[in-house]
Amino acid sequence: MSDPSREDEWAAWMRAAIAGDAGAYRLFLQAVTPHLRAMARRRGALFGGSASDAEDVVQEVLLAIHLKRGSWDPSRPIGPWISVIVRNKMIDALRRRGRHVDVPIEDVIDTLEAEAVPDGLEQRDVERLLSRLKEQQQDIVRSISVDGSSVRDTARRLSMTEGAVRVALHRALKALAALYRSDTE
Amino acid sequence: MKTDDLITALAQDAPVRWRLGRAVAAAMAGGAAIAAVIFFAGIGVRPDVMVAVTTVRYLFKFVVTLALAVTATGLILHLARPGVPLGVWRWALLAAPVLLAVSVVLEMVAMPMSTWGTRWIGTNAPWCLSLIPLMALGPLALLLLALRQGAPRHPGRAGAVAGLVASGIAATFYAAHCLDDSPFFVATWYTLATGIVMLIGTLAGRRWLRW
Repeated sequence: MSDPSREDEWAAWMRAAIAGDAGAYRLFLQAVTPHLRAMARRRGALFGGSASDAEDVVQEVLLAIHLKRGSWDPSRPIGPWISVIVRNKMIDALRRRGRHVDVPIEDVIDTLEAEAVPDGLEQRDVERLLSRLKEQQQDIVRSISVDGSSVRDTARRLSMTEGAVRVALHRALKALAALYRSDTE
Repeated sequence: MKTDDLITALAQDAPVRWRLGRAVAAAMAGGAAIAAVIFFAGIGVRPDVMVAVTTVRYLFKFVVTLALAVTATGLILHLARPGVPLGVWRWALLAAPVLLAVSVVLEMVAMPMSTWGTRWIGTNAPWCLSLIPLMALGPLALLLLALRQGAPRHPGRAGAVAGLVASGIAATFYAAHCLDDSPFFVATWYTLATGIVMLIGTLAGRRWLRW
């Protein structure tokens, strides 16, 4: 059985996110991640994958959720949407790592949560793929993610407008997803 | 990069510019406009249209082409939305072929067999096979662009259904031009033209709709 209060909470955050609320969106992504982590570890463990491998899959799935969030119809429950996105992406992500598997659709909302990997275990896939983006895109992604700079500060440092930084960030994330797709093909 | 850092970057890209439903609606409107420009600039309504609109066969062509456009649109919106059951839309796509099949049977009953050949071959077949795909290209391209906001499980299949939508739009315009109204003609040549567009849609979908 699905947890209705959690589902309502996730849906409310996502609705705010679609309208541009970065804070709500962060809460949503942070709430979803431990569930993805548990699912990815369970799948990965079947093939002897490490927690770090699973975290690579988590990041790839998060990117897919992000880029496909416009396909959620806010008048519908968010649970089935996210479960199908995660299942489809997880099949792709595991297949690309050489695991031919059929992943059943699991209720993401009701999956037990798993703790983050300990510090020091940086994720390799995203770093490797990031290094293949244009230099300016890399700079912007690193500045906003790893350094935690705001869009405004990043724009000032690079003498760009905030709008241009936002567009560049969006393009970089799309390019990253495309690299995941074409990786090892 | 830690997952938390990635989330920080994603959160800064929160707003959605093109929601899927709106993107598809805009693509349909834009695609129909492109097809209309090609139609009115280079093709045009048939000269005897005032007489034609009083005949069942002429009007029935629009019933079929619009049925195709509407049912394929309903299906594509569901195919591109994860977690939404296809429901009745899976079967709704049969509406246009069933309508066509029934009309073919009625035509066989109503018309002497000696006229079947000329009704089937018609006068415009090569134009039908080229103008429908031509007018469908604009709508198809815009639809595929819109569907990149979606997340279809089977990109090729979604591209094929987008091809059906585009064919429905293009064939509606073409039907206003074409002098051949027999269901024999429509069932053969419109279907072939639609098949061409579906094939293009499948190939383009496999390439552009993966995610």
